[in-house]
Amino acid sequence: MLTPFQYLLSGIYLTRYILYSRHELLLFEALQEGLEEEMERDIRVCVMGEDVGHYGGSYKVTKGLAKKFGDLRVLDTPIAENSFTGMGIGAAMTGLRPVVEGMNMGFLLLAFNQISNNCGMLHYTSGGQFTIPIVIRGPGGVGRQLGAEHSQRLESYFQSIPGIQMVACSTPYNAKGLMKAAIRSENPVILFEHVLLYNLKERIPDEDYICNLEEAEMVRPGEHVTILTYSRMRYHVMQAAKTLVNKGYDPEVIDIRSLKPFDLYTIGNSVKKTHRVLIVEECMRTGGIGASLIAAITENFNDYLDAPIMCLSSQDVPTPYAGTLEEVTVVQPAQIVTAVEQLCQ
Amino acid sequence: MANWLRISSRTVANHIKKRMNKEFMGGAVHVNQSSGLWWGLNRGGPVSDRNRRHMDPLAWNRATLLCVQRFKTTLAEKQHDSFLSSDSDDDNQSVDFPGGKVSYTSEMSFISESSQTRVPCYRVLEDDGDLISDCDFQQVSKEDAVKMYSNMVTLQIMDNIFYEAQRQGRISFYLTSAGEEAISIASAAALSEQDIILPQYREPGVLLWRGFTLQEFADQCFGNKADYGKGRQMPIHYGSKKHNFFTISSPIATQLPQAAGIAYSLKMDNKKACVVSYIGDGGTSEGDFHAGLNFAAVMEAPVIFFCRNNGWAISTNVSEQFRSDGIVVKGRAYGIRSIRVDGNDALAVYSAVSAAREMAINEQRPILIEALTYRVGHHSTSDDSTKYRQLDEIVYWKKARNPVNRFRNWVQNIGWWSEQQETQLRNSVRKQLLEAIQVAEKTEKPPLSELFTDVYDHPPSNLEEQEKHLRETVTRHPKDYPSDISV
Repeated sequence: MLTPFQYLLSGIYLTRYILYSRHELLLFEALQEGLEEEMERDIRVCVMGEDVGHYGGSYKVTKGLAKKFGDLRVLDTPIAENSFTGMGIGAAMTGLRPVVEGMNMGFLLLAFNQISNNCGMLHYTSGGQFTIPIVIRGPGGVGRQLGAEHSQRLESYFQSIPGIQMVACSTPYNAKGLMKAAIRSENPVILFEHVLLYNLKERIPDEDYICNLEEAEMVRPGEHVTILTYSRMRYHVMQAAKTLVNKGYDPEVIDIRSLKPFDLYTIGNSVKKTHRVLIVEECMRTGGIGASLIAAITENFNDYLDAPIMCLSSQDVPTPYAGTLEEVTVVQPAQIVTAVEQLCQ
Repeated sequence: MANWLRISSRTVANHIKKRMNKEFMGGAVHVNQSSGLWWGLNRGGPVSDRNRRHMDPLAWNRATLLCVQRFKTTLAEKQHDSFLSSDSDDDNQSVDFPGGKVSYTSEMSFISESSQTRVPCYRVLEDDGDLISDCDFQQVSKEDAVKMYSNMVTLQIMDNIFYEAQRQGRISFYLTSAGEEAISIASAAALSEQDIILPQYREPGVLLWRGFTLQEFADQCFGNKADYGKGRQMPIHYGSKKHNFFTISSPIATQLPQAAGIAYSLKMDNKKACVVSYIGDGGTSEGDFHAGLNFAAVMEAPVIFFCRNNGWAISTNVSEQFRSDGIVVKGRAYGIRSIRVDGNDALAVYSAVSAAREMAINEQRPILIEALTYRVGHHSTSDDSTKYRQLDEIVYWKKARNPVNRFRNWVQNIGWWSEQQETQLRNSVRKQLLEAIQVAEKTEKPPLSELFTDVYDHPPSNLEEQEKHLRETVTRHPKDYPSDISV
């Protein structure tokens, strides 16, 4: 026999369970779920890329889709990135909503011509007559000993292209949300996934949701310093944050998510609060996202800064194969701790 | 049932193949009217079963059939093999590899880099405009023939006047289609309004056929507020969604893979239309040419790849562009049916494109058409072609091999056109063009606000900020900015 109080509690838990029911999955499954739901919702959504069909994609993001939707809607293409991206652009201009997968983001450098000269431009040069609602996605970033050509970070190269949007996912929750939002967007969106994050596990809501493409995510509110990061570096930052908390610091961690355009509203509010900024990114020092972010913050919030903005990026070297060398080309938590200590002196 | 049809037609084709084994391997590819392998118009001549097969009604359920075919590809291969092995004289010397069975030989021979004779060129009219007796061609109605001819004349005059306008400094750039009028007009005439055009840049004739007015052409060249492109692209980079003519993008050959994508879209929607993508001889050297054709073939996409082989890519002659027998032979390399046509013969172009369109849509396959022609004008207003080619060569093609004169002779000989109509047309077009240019010149340029729209669906905050800054600067320093910019 339960007491009335126990009945009340169990009632609350039951309601919460029903209202906020969740399921657990890995990041690549979250991407797949988002893609599948959008394909069910809108028959114009289609997928094209190398080995996306029966093979299910190099990281299994398109697993099972070919079986469910047929191999015309989930198209295995010959090996020609510039061409299947061009194909996606052509299909988008005639009303389809293609999701183009680069087997590894680095290969999309071959598609630069189509992405820059056509994808970003044709809506503008046609006077608005033709829209290109395409999503270009793929795994990128520095992995575990994949070699230099498979460790590219293309966000630096693509950030100048007018007409495109860029987002980077980092958790199963925002992966699914950003995938869905990107597909529904009328603009061409490049969705950056990271090779080492595909097996992250999280409980995500059962109901339909999307994430705002232009919004940054507050990971950990704090008072002392604003740490801006994205993709895999978020996890290095959070690791460093644990150490920092133990040392008595209170860092505010923001996953900027939207690489183009920057969410200067969220970032600005944070800068106004903490007055110190550290950027932790995985792309190279020269011409990276951090460089643009420093410029944007300095232009808009210079008066609120108590110290120059610090930026930790990967070394300006091709990523070496040897594990030990590879580790030191990217930013490690220890460096982040040191940087915060320096900033907060 | 579809599989049975495939097997039986394959066997038939295989038997034919065996009888002309050596020729098939890479010898002369004669498009001979009397041979059983002529894929042309079905005019009572023998047509291979392979051509007929796809006309069956089952093929309409394309999406599912494609699914079924793809899953069963290897299965059908195996069935086919067992069927064949029952034949006594066949295949006792063949070897299995991914991609299928292939017979082997112990005689080492290399396929020659070129065949003994070049692929012949399909033409219907003699050089002087007389119809070749006993030829195969698609009949044109009087209305269409007159429209085709008038458009060719209009295109000629338009090219002359706009070229002059550029020389006078009134527009910044122009590119003529001199010598290639038959190609753009006649190919457009053979298509329907629903067929989607992906041009290179020397095909304004297609837009003209589809009803783009002289004023609309002028507006784009002057980049004024009435331009559909809102003044954002350089002259001759026309684009019109309502005419199914996709906005021209300067990089060469990027439209070829896009054509495969649009055809893919048409397939998904099960539309009875095709895509026509134009390219020049030079453009076929681009990587996108290879991949665009390869994709279209693999995807069984209804695309017509129309190559205007006009002999010159700016200053690069075709002999420096490729070493193959033109472009037509490349079709086979991708598994694409192809034809070589006399590009200065409007009727031949019309017939070939009509046939190609039917095949592309009914059989869901790409077709490659190489139209041989000559670029009479300079590449554009940015070069002087007499610097890299002989003047008498240009004059020869302009006078003796002119496609407009040739077609005029034909239309006049049947009595559908007269000298009087000729003078009337030329005068009227010239007058209209001069008026259009005047109007276009006087029309306002697009306002400042159009600088930042259409980059995205809605201008993001950073662009709004940039616009605000720019507006303030222009308002504060009006003397430093052109007076005809409306803020």
